[in-house]
Amino acid sequence: MKDTTGFTPMQRYVLVALRLLIGWHILYEGFSKLLIPNWSSMGFLSESKWILAGFSKWIISSPGVLHAVDFLNTWGLILIGLGLILGLFTKAAAISGSILLFVYYLNNPPLIGLEYSVPTEGSYLIISKTLIEAVALVALAVFPSGLFAGLDIYVQKFRDRTN
Amino acid sequence: MEKDIKAKSENEKNMPQESAMKRRTLLKALVGIPVLGVFAFELFRKWTYDHEKRSRVIKELGLENIKAPAVMKSSSSKSDLLRIGLIGYGSRAVSHANGLGYMLPETVEAMKKNDTIKDWLAQEDLNVAITGICDVFDLHAENGLATARSEYRAGGAAPSKLPVKRYMSYQEMLDDKEIDAVMIATPDHHHAPITTAAAKAGKHVYCEKSPAHSEEQLYEMCDTVKNSKIVYQLGHQITQSVIFQQAKDIIKKDILGKITLIETTTNRNTADGAWIRHLDKNGKPKPGDEKSIDWAQWLGHAPKVPFSVDRYYNWTKFFDYDIGLIGQLFTHEFDSVNQLLRIGIPKSVVSSGGIYYWKDNRDMPDVLNCVFEYPDRELTLLYSATLGNSRSRGRVFMGHDASMEIGSAISITADGDSTRYQKQIESGLIDPTVPMVSFNPNRGSIDAVTSATEKYYAARGLTTTTINGVNVDVTYLHIKEWIDCIRNGKTPSANIEKAFEEGVACLMAHKSYVEKRRTEWDPVSRKIV
Repeated sequence: MKDTTGFTPMQRYVLVALRLLIGWHILYEGFSKLLIPNWSSMGFLSESKWILAGFSKWIISSPGVLHAVDFLNTWGLILIGLGLILGLFTKAAAISGSILLFVYYLNNPPLIGLEYSVPTEGSYLIISKTLIEAVALVALAVFPSGLFAGLDIYVQKFRDRTN
Repeated sequence: MEKDIKAKSENEKNMPQESAMKRRTLLKALVGIPVLGVFAFELFRKWTYDHEKRSRVIKELGLENIKAPAVMKSSSSKSDLLRIGLIGYGSRAVSHANGLGYMLPETVEAMKKNDTIKDWLAQEDLNVAITGICDVFDLHAENGLATARSEYRAGGAAPSKLPVKRYMSYQEMLDDKEIDAVMIATPDHHHAPITTAAAKAGKHVYCEKSPAHSEEQLYEMCDTVKNSKIVYQLGHQITQSVIFQQAKDIIKKDILGKITLIETTTNRNTADGAWIRHLDKNGKPKPGDEKSIDWAQWLGHAPKVPFSVDRYYNWTKFFDYDIGLIGQLFTHEFDSVNQLLRIGIPKSVVSSGGIYYWKDNRDMPDVLNCVFEYPDRELTLLYSATLGNSRSRGRVFMGHDASMEIGSAISITADGDSTRYQKQIESGLIDPTVPMVSFNPNRGSIDAVTSATEKYYAARGLTTTTINGVNVDVTYLHIKEWIDCIRNGKTPSANIEKAFEEGVACLMAHKSYVEKRRTEWDPVSRKIV
């Protein structure tokens, strides 16, 4: 993983670009929640279907838990977005981002028979953009894109020195 | 100094490759910084745009000064303890007792377990004591006594040390000097006779809707209450919600334009919603028989019929005790509209409907439409009810310039053909296909809705949050208003005059349904014709 040789410049550019784009998206998702006064995940969670429906209902039922989830979600998104854009702790950011997106996906997967009252902006059958973004983050996690371009270069140097 | 620089540059010349590599590494490492810079710039632009759009809509509508009212005013004087008797201790009376700061110990324990007791415990103490319970059913009376004697009190109040007495009839309770005020939560055919007797006995009255079951009873009740010194409050809690204060402001500011149609609805689709309530969870009849229920007293002035669990629990189905949907649910709708627009008594009413879904022994129609005409106000009030479909149709005030839907939140949508908003609609500032303004009591402020999902959630009333707000029970607020008025001699919001208007409107609608004709109000003889 630490070996960044053996990649063509094009492979490096594309992976870094993908990381910056997803980072931008996730960072704005986080900030947009900060900017909406009293934003809450309640609307999203109340639409939850499938295997996480019960869990979501439990979150909504307790104001304290809901508040904590809202806080962690917003700041989690912001930190993940910053990590991806800066290329800092890229792997950790990509993995946590992927898990978070996968949880979103599991809350409202476009499976046959599950109907949502919130309209989607595209047409989905089982696979949604959220799932694709989650898998794209897995891809980023298995390539050292932070070492192609990003602050991880210095993190790596620091680690090498201390080892 | 110069030497140093020279040395350095020579050094660099010596190792040009390494230095260039370092620079390239630095550039590569900092690739995110310019991206973040652009992001920050765009975020600021987006925020400014949204903010300006929001405040422009609010400003153009003149809504800047509408704010959530400050937290409830605490009662001015609570020095004198008020002794209250509860007449009828069914499920509605349980809410009354809770509003007064009393709760059955078992319920408190259960609510403690699932962590839902906080809001009730935070409720301000009204300095009242429940000292009398009157119910024809032993089981209900015992629940009432246990509640009144409970150790648990809301607002940090001490348990009442006054004795709690069970009265076997309401007359007995009204004769007792130890009772200052009564709360009536009996089946509807008792409301007016008990209120009249209470007014004669000088007891203040809080009575559940509907006000009266017949014209004669209504007229007698209103005359008696007006000629007495008692404070009367009709039990309509929903207009105590803070959003009704906002709605009043919105109407005052003429945001909606000329209102010519108000649509109110009932949309239910369950057996419980259709007042089939005599069976428990296991499908067995609920408790109660002739031994434990004083059936003759329960019937009162109503025609004598043998005891039945069906009639006892499902009295709403029968016109002998109630006027159906009109008495149970339209009353709330009428009060909502009357509190906002003070429409008063309609000139004419046409009702039509039938028993189409719940094919049991009921008298009350399960699909009903009533049209109330107000030619002087140049508007029509429509009540459309079904017990066979639960599609949410809301409560909508329709004006030439905008429509306002009031539920648990307010949402105002501009009309595509509005004269007032024509320019803003053309410029794109206002989109007539989605709400332009919403007010949600839990969010604390009025808001121009901008983001697409927010618009969607606002339209559905899904934006509700309980993050900062303490939930205050509206029944409590309505009771508090009544008790404050008793103490300071003021008139509560659902006073006898409004109860009269509501009573007449409801009885006109009922008469129209029963007699299958248009009914009118004669303002000279003050009678329904």
